Amino acid sequence: MAAENLLRTEALTKTYAMGDIHVHALRGIDLEIRKGEFIAIMGASGSGKTTFMNLLGCLDKPTSGSYTLDGVDVHHMDDSAITQVRNRKIGYVFQSFYLLPRTTALENVELPLLYSQHVHARDRHQKSLHALETVGLADRAKHFPNQLSGGQQQRVAIARAIVNDPVFLLADEPTGNLDTRTSVEIMAFFQKLHAAGKTIILVTHEFDISQYASRIITFRDGRIISDVPNPTPHNAEQDLQKLPRLDPEEEE
Amino acid sequence: MSVPGIIRIALKSLMRNKTRTFLTMLGIIIGVAAVITMIAIGQGAKKVVDDQISSMGTNVIMVMSNFTNTQNTARQAAGTGNTLEEEDVPAIRSQVQGVLYTSPVYNTFGQLKYGSNNWRGRIMGVDVEYFLIRDMKIDSGDLFYSSEVENGAKVCVLGKTVADNLFGGVDPVGKIIRIRNIPFTVKGVLKSKGQNMMGSDQDDVVLAPYTTTATRLMGHRWRFLTIMVSAESKDRIPLVQQDILNLLQARHRGTTSEDFSVSSQTEVAEAANTVSNTMTILLASIAGISLLVGGIGIMNIMLVSVTERIKEIGIRMAVGAGKRDVLLQFIIEAVTISILGGLIGIALGWGASEFLGKSMDWSVAVTPWSIFLSVGFSCAIGIFFGWYPARKAANLNLIDALRYE
Repeated sequence: MAAENLLRTEALTKTYAMGDIHVHALRGIDLEIRKGEFIAIMGASGSGKTTFMNLLGCLDKPTSGSYTLDGVDVHHMDDSAITQVRNRKIGYVFQSFYLLPRTTALENVELPLLYSQHVHARDRHQKSLHALETVGLADRAKHFPNQLSGGQQQRVAIARAIVNDPVFLLADEPTGNLDTRTSVEIMAFFQKLHAAGKTIILVTHEFDISQYASRIITFRDGRIISDVPNPTPHNAEQDLQKLPRLDPEEEE
Repeated sequence: MSVPGIIRIALKSLMRNKTRTFLTMLGIIIGVAAVITMIAIGQGAKKVVDDQISSMGTNVIMVMSNFTNTQNTARQAAGTGNTLEEEDVPAIRSQVQGVLYTSPVYNTFGQLKYGSNNWRGRIMGVDVEYFLIRDMKIDSGDLFYSSEVENGAKVCVLGKTVADNLFGGVDPVGKIIRIRNIPFTVKGVLKSKGQNMMGSDQDDVVLAPYTTTATRLMGHRWRFLTIMVSAESKDRIPLVQQDILNLLQARHRGTTSEDFSVSSQTEVAEAANTVSNTMTILLASIAGISLLVGGIGIMNIMLVSVTERIKEIGIRMAVGAGKRDVLLQFIIEAVTISILGGLIGIALGWGASEFLGKSMDWSVAVTPWSIFLSVGFSCAIGIFFGWYPARKAANLNLIDALRYE
């Protein structure tokens, strides 16, 4: 049984003007993503995968083409409506975490709720703590980002991404700044969230990381060159058992 | 997002940079404190002038003859001349509406003597109501009575300067001094009134009944009479002035309005107030410039703060902050700095004013309007100088902001 459509792009293009030269970052992308999928978007740098991610995340606007998210045509929305979409429907996880400095883990997780008009102060606290529990960092709620390891920071960022219960998670090279073991740990979290029903779109250039997803889309020169299901995704939890604990003190 | 929520965010971000916040605030603190202090000094000066004016008496009207050459002219028949006469006093009293007190005043100078002590002083011949008009209080002894005025008794009341110079430490009450060699009994000593606006000593005076002064101390041919009148209220002064002038013209046939001058303290007071107000404005504008510089300081820091926090703004926008939220956050930060700085500035300015008042013995007066002015001004500065950086922050491109290193 096919799950319902979550998002759909048609002939999506993006052209950057750099002086006289026009750089065609995306040359017409047609893509459909259904609810509950775990997708890895692969590609070398310059392939257009980051540009595509920016468009999917409503961080940028396409030059032409249409983008329908959750049944709504995002292309024709005004700024404040798109702001609402970003706040309510999308959870972002970035390569360099993007946590606010000198702000506690809990306050960082609360951030999307602060800008949401539908959440009361009491619920905000509750929801944020719950999100931190999900990523196993409830005991670090009062810590500042500079008191947390890279893996912990990324887990705080994931907590922030899921706190508003978005329709999909968008992760841009979430393991790019992490060592192998921590990367696999983060992937284990994504797989757990996926198992719980979340749609996840992951942008990466690492082959190993992409193998945890259930569908792999490859970009080259602004086009999709392959879009294949991965019927046997790796299990991050199991991989973790095989990896040696290099520095047991690190996460303490 | 709700405004209280944005206020929370703004306050938190200010708290995260305590030193920077404080230094920015310092500009406003100094500016507001300077404005408050300068206005307090200006208003203090004004208060000194006001006090001096009210020390001359309340609602006082002075009636003088402009015919100054009395000494060399034969005295004309009563009712025809253009000098003031003692009979004009009861006439003013009974015929002009709104008159509270009246007193004839003779002014002369003479040698005063007590034992071997000499003093040359001003002698004023007055009626008992003069003390009420000028609001003169007795320090020791007593004033003289109307019966003594009627009888031409040789009694007098001394100003403090005269008492000090003639008697040294001795109590003058009941002693006999010689004025132009005529013995007068000292009935009392007046409380000190200090200097008047022109800097002359108001305590360097001997007051005696006008009757005695006219007959014993001054020759008939060269008396020169002034009449002091106090009006019931400040509002009535112009009307009373006009009525007195009309009455005098009617009583002294053949005179014109230029022959008498009827002047009031209000006119003097207004002139003096203009001067001290000008001074206040001058001082306040100099201080206002420093407030302006403080405001530019806020803009400067907010601009730096926008640049420094481009990435933070990007993150906030990515997770759902709208342009309006970012705009409000930065404006609220600027306004908070300026209002908080304003409040501290008020406290500091108030303290500085009190300190100056105490240590330099200046007269200072912190006025409510100067506080409202500086609070209002610092709010305005916060919004005005916060607007541009806030707009700059709100109009950042999300992708550029996120990728900014």
